[in-house]
Amino acid sequence: MYPQLFNNPPFTKKVVQEKSLSEINERIRDGSVRVVTAEEMPDLVDELGTDGAVREVDVVTTGTFGAMCSSGVFLNLGHSDPPIKIAKAWLNEVEAYGGVAAVDLFLGAAQPSLDRGNEYGGAHVIEDLVMGKEVEVKAQGAVTDCYPRLDLETSLRLEDLNQATMINPRNAFQRYSAATNTTNRTLHTYMGTLLPRQGNVTFNGAGALNPICNDPDFEYIGVGTRIFLCGSQGYIIGSGTQHLPQEGFANLMLKGDLKEMGNDYLRAATFQDYGPSLYVGVGVPIPVLNENIARKTAVRDKDIVTEIHDYGVPRRSRPEIRSVTYEELYSGFVDINGKEVKASSLSSRHVARQIAGALKDQILRGEFFLSASVEPLASVGRCDPMKQTKEFPLVGDVMSYNVMTVHEDIRIDEAAQIIVGGPVDHLPVVSEDEKLMGIVTAWDISKAVASGNVSRVSGIMTRKVFVVSPDEPLELAARKLDHHTISALPVVDKDDHVIGMISSDDLSRLFSKRRSD
Amino acid sequence: MKLMLHVFPEIVRQPLIASVILETGALINIERAKVDAITGEILIDVSSDKCMEVKKAFEKRGTKVSLLEMPVVKDDDECIHCGACISICPTGTFRFEGSLVVADPGKCVQCGACVTACPQRALELTLK
Repeated sequence: MYPQLFNNPPFTKKVVQEKSLSEINERIRDGSVRVVTAEEMPDLVDELGTDGAVREVDVVTTGTFGAMCSSGVFLNLGHSDPPIKIAKAWLNEVEAYGGVAAVDLFLGAAQPSLDRGNEYGGAHVIEDLVMGKEVEVKAQGAVTDCYPRLDLETSLRLEDLNQATMINPRNAFQRYSAATNTTNRTLHTYMGTLLPRQGNVTFNGAGALNPICNDPDFEYIGVGTRIFLCGSQGYIIGSGTQHLPQEGFANLMLKGDLKEMGNDYLRAATFQDYGPSLYVGVGVPIPVLNENIARKTAVRDKDIVTEIHDYGVPRRSRPEIRSVTYEELYSGFVDINGKEVKASSLSSRHVARQIAGALKDQILRGEFFLSASVEPLASVGRCDPMKQTKEFPLVGDVMSYNVMTVHEDIRIDEAAQIIVGGPVDHLPVVSEDEKLMGIVTAWDISKAVASGNVSRVSGIMTRKVFVVSPDEPLELAARKLDHHTISALPVVDKDDHVIGMISSDDLSRLFSKRRSD
Repeated sequence: MKLMLHVFPEIVRQPLIASVILETGALINIERAKVDAITGEILIDVSSDKCMEVKKAFEKRGTKVSLLEMPVVKDDDECIHCGACISICPTGTFRFEGSLVVADPGKCVQCGACVTACPQRALELTLK
């Protein structure tokens, strides 16, 4: 038994409170275990101190329920007659990977379907299986002497599969960057709908209920830790891909049996114009083995900090707007440069609470025992940028430096002469201090002349100008031209001075040159 | 109260709203409007005491009018209470009550932003 230290007299040497995992499991067995959720723990530690909390609490339950795209299932279909070695397969028109073995498939949650696109994908097939629905399977065989079958069609339910094992490569991130959008158009992202001009902030995670936030140094969490996974008992099988605990972005690789799962804690989702994803419910019990763990499980939303990034910049490093605590995010409003911006979550705090509560109930009922890990998760991980070996042209490499700018007070016929006399049909209009203020095209001039309007450029120029910077990838400039159906973009430096132009002609030339090379 | 006006081609070029305001003296607020060369769909807000009078005045002019009592409907079996609908709604139709998302449909102007933002596809606009 652990030492009992009620009425600890003052000025005596403090004895560190400890207990073992087997003691806790014994208490689960005999029904005397004391369990609280991660939201109940901070007040208890404030009241009892860490030593008192070790005495009074055995287990803290955590929970999170959010979109976790990096999820999927291994399905074993059983062997057909004549047998088939599946080369390609589709479940309800969603492609599954068949390169594992003859009749094993891996179905990824984020895979869209051929017929319904993003509205139905791998996640929806997984959800349909869990709900007991029949799934249409189509497969093409590799055709060998041992597996002669060419193709196959059948309908299967979850019960018809030999195994349906969920393996999620990257789940339950410790925290996640929040998102906003500084551009002038609405963006549809994996962080949900982001309104223009920082109209909202979206975020993910479960704050103080998050499993790793309650054991950030992996004193308990490790390879082999038994967890609550979508209503079933699953396991942590290691750290997830892109696990980066040294920067507060640890995550988990998980395994569970789909046949034991329920739809309450597993839901298919669609992120508009992004794709399908799977809401996965994860709960990890943290045993209060010592005062260190007691202190860490007393974490509150205000202690967990994340950063708001600008998703309007479509690059790997998105600019950081500011750092923010989960307490502020959950308040519904975030202050950005003095403006109160509405914030809302994509993860469900409601279901995260239900998971922490359900896990607590299972432990109290003696249905869930804690497991010792084989080894802790890595304390240092790696999430380096991709090494890109093929060249990656930038706007600055291709743009025309030969650019004519005009002032807004010139006459339209003067602008027309410049266009006729030069190689360009777009004229950026700049202010006295050479900052971009508008653009006028050959079309604008023709339209003005046709309607008898022959005044000054200021009256006909477009004032809302789309621009690019020279260090943007060419691909993004092409996307901008296409998206706004325009034929040229001024290239500006950080002070809004026009330093070049990039046109669809420049892009066509580059493309045909590449073809001929 | 919210009224949805469906304006047909024969009358789409007429100053319908102006004439109804002059006739009824009601303060009409246009929440959302889409008018093109041949048809129009206009969502207006009007006080409850003038609502029926305004509705009749539009109908007299050949406009189809529907009273929008529940502009947006949430399927509670699908909703997981994430809150994705809250920050993108321009009129504050959704809010948290504890950890549950609740809707005040009276505020909805049927812009549709929530319908596409909902990851569970739990929201639907009525009369659309």
